[in-house]
Amino acid sequence: MSVRVAFASRSSRVGMALCVVALLALATAPLWGGRDDLQLLSQMYAYVALASLWNLLAGYAGLVSVGQQAYVGLGAYLLFAFAILAGMSPLSTIPLAGIIAAVVAVPVAGLVFRLRGHYFAIGTWIVAEVFRLLASQVSVLGGGSGTSLPASVVIAIASTRQMRDFVVYWISLALVVAVLALIVLLLRSRYGLALKAIRDSELAATCNGIDVIRIKIMLYIVTASATAMIGALIFLQKLRVSPDAAFSVNDWTAFVIFITVIGGIGRIEGPIIGTIVFFALRQTLADLGTIYLLMLGVVAILVMLTAPKGIWGLIVERFGWQVFPLERRIIVDDRSAASGKQHPPGHR
Amino acid sequence: MSKPPLLAVRHLDAFYGVFQALFDLSMEVNAGEAVAVIGANGVGKSTLLKSIAGLLRAPPEAISFDGAAIGGMPVHAIAARGIALVPEGRGLFPSLSVEENLLIGGQLNRLGPWNLRSIYQLFPVLAERRHMPSTALSGGQQQMVAIARALMSNPKLLLCDEISLGLAPIVVRDIYARLPAILEEGVSLVLVEQDVVQALKATQRVYCLREGRVALAGAAKDLTREMIAAAYFGV
Amino acid sequence: MDWINVILQGVLVGGLYAMFAAGLSLIFGVMRLVNIAHGDLIVLAAYVALVTTETLGIGPLASLLIVVPLMAAIGYALQRLVLNRTLGEDLLPPLLVTFGLSVIIQNGLLALFTADSRKLQAGNIEVATIRLFEGVYVGVLPLLQFIVAVAVIAALQFIFYRTALGRAFRATADSQSDAQLMGLDNRHVFALAMALSLAVVAIAGVFLAIRADFDPSIGPARLLFGFEAVIIGGLGSLWGTFAGGLVLGVAQAIGAHINPGWQILAGHIAFVVILAVRPEGLFPKVRP
Repeated sequence: MSVRVAFASRSSRVGMALCVVALLALATAPLWGGRDDLQLLSQMYAYVALASLWNLLAGYAGLVSVGQQAYVGLGAYLLFAFAILAGMSPLSTIPLAGIIAAVVAVPVAGLVFRLRGHYFAIGTWIVAEVFRLLASQVSVLGGGSGTSLPASVVIAIASTRQMRDFVVYWISLALVVAVLALIVLLLRSRYGLALKAIRDSELAATCNGIDVIRIKIMLYIVTASATAMIGALIFLQKLRVSPDAAFSVNDWTAFVIFITVIGGIGRIEGPIIGTIVFFALRQTLADLGTIYLLMLGVVAILVMLTAPKGIWGLIVERFGWQVFPLERRIIVDDRSAASGKQHPPGHR
Repeated sequence: MSKPPLLAVRHLDAFYGVFQALFDLSMEVNAGEAVAVIGANGVGKSTLLKSIAGLLRAPPEAISFDGAAIGGMPVHAIAARGIALVPEGRGLFPSLSVEENLLIGGQLNRLGPWNLRSIYQLFPVLAERRHMPSTALSGGQQQMVAIARALMSNPKLLLCDEISLGLAPIVVRDIYARLPAILEEGVSLVLVEQDVVQALKATQRVYCLREGRVALAGAAKDLTREMIAAAYFGV
Repeated sequence: MDWINVILQGVLVGGLYAMFAAGLSLIFGVMRLVNIAHGDLIVLAAYVALVTTETLGIGPLASLLIVVPLMAAIGYALQRLVLNRTLGEDLLPPLLVTFGLSVIIQNGLLALFTADSRKLQAGNIEVATIRLFEGVYVGVLPLLQFIVAVAVIAALQFIFYRTALGRAFRATADSQSDAQLMGLDNRHVFALAMALSLAVVAIAGVFLAIRADFDPSIGPARLLFGFEAVIIGGLGSLWGTFAGGLVLGVAQAIGAHINPGWQILAGHIAFVVILAVRPEGLFPKVRP
């Protein structure tokens, strides 16, 4: 008799097949899409990635951060700083931004982890504000009004505008796929099991020998690093950075939270669904300006009160689907009937 | 002509999630009576009291008090009708002093014999410690505060959940010594106890529970040790 | 002399921050809820005062008579209808719902009043000064605001520790189920706590509106100041929160004096230092 852990289910096989098809379609987008389409898709990728990372922190590790914009802005400013001050190609500074952000995240974690729960959340917000205010003091990067990416650096990406659009698009796609792959692998590993345990009961997890604090800090640092890289890419596309845009609570936290809540917290599929819904709403309603934002707020509250598990949560409850093979099921392979072993009652 | 009972529990099933703790349990308390509920650990005694007090949701018709169906009513509404629970573990408010615990016990402002003065007469040791944080008192004194606090609401029915738990025998005797004075004022009592001897001395009727069911019921003076042991342990 | 003035100004504005913080602290103490919309509710109060003074033609301080009960009623309804449903073990629902609320209030105000800066006019009292001693002058309005802050904190202390309502707050915070056994309706107790919090918010909002320009977007910063004051002062103590507000005000004043662009940053840095060096705050009664 052998026991093994299986992740895949029928729905996840279907889901993964669909994902592969979608990925092929999206990878070839430069062939069938126009400039606007590529930019829209890139934005969506960025939000899927940001929301997935926020979801990892909040939905799996219980770390609700309202300050991830700190790292979005940090990544953006690092990219611009290296480009403007050192003339480095933006493509090589993206991973560099990730590394530096991870280093910065260490003392920040040391600080904010002194707070818990709601207080942790607001503490992360204050850190983001500190970053924002510091950035607006750096006059060589435009101070309070920000600065643009110099033309020479832009050209270094690729020689034609079209090629630049393609390159940046593919990097966005590659980055979001990498983030999702990282999250899936993490959740399938024993760290993922530890995270699930922490989510269910921190006390029980600690009693089982899981170093809860260390895992949380590691997660925080990894998330910060990935968030910074995405931030760098976002503002590379915008070609312009300013403290208010780079460290905007609305753009990089409020929207991310709404996406995750509406799509479904604590599930990988959630941020993807949420992003699609969010952009669909935005395309149709953005003309309404403040009313649109107001409605977002109302929708988020309604979802939280009536369907706290989001759209995907409802689907899971109803159908038990999963797209990504993540749910652990124990398969007991009983091939030893012939050897006359004792079976526990009720088991065949 | 007999009056209907003050409290009537009829065919009560109680659940913690999917785990069933009480099965088709029926019992009653008449006005002015003291009734004991005994049984081993985990048989459902506390569950019964929590159901009566409303902490566990019961179907409306399963519990009636003073002529009204109270199953399913919110806890504070049941308390307002004159049921006071002295919870297992006492449930004192650590942020409040002894006197403040008593005052909040009386915040329903129901009329009756119990107020700060009469409480302090019954429990003089509490008067000496009235301004101390309630949790700074000894176990026995804390139990007195818990009972006194329940009395401050001038209830018709007092539910006591394991008041002897964790207390030295001499302290338990001291507390039980006050029960007659309390019962004299007319309150009815349901006493959940593991200390069978004290429970039998203090009450007129006894229910013995086993595995969530009533295994034995009768007048305290009619039950022998053998009968109780049989019901208690199921042998 | 210069520095005395700076510190004095900091202390006086610290009173306002203490008022921002008191409402936050109260709510967290009673129901473990951090209201992310707290700052936006302060701004809402300012706009309510604006509408009140303009339609009724009364002064801002007189408008308190209307704004305070109105905001208290809003607080009661908000808690009863929406926020009570978010309370529980999970901290995400109240956080996200109050976040959504923050967005709604900001954009609602933006839609109704536009992004233009407004200010309440209080007349001569705004420029009147009192001479404390040689070379040190203090504005009457900031002094009044400080005295009101002290009075508010003292009143909250009184309510919490010497009234039946305060007992109900403390008991419910200790144990919801045991409080219910006393006949207390938790939904009602929480709603009263929120009403009280918003009453304080209303006072803070009116003084904010008199003191400086306001627009729909300044809410979040007030939340952060209130929060910083609570953490600097230490959780669980109202006078600690008051002290935290003063420290924050003084830190900001010193920062502003060195370089006007550093005002808010100086406050954040004070917060960060306290968090790093003494995370339980200056006068704590509980750990965060």
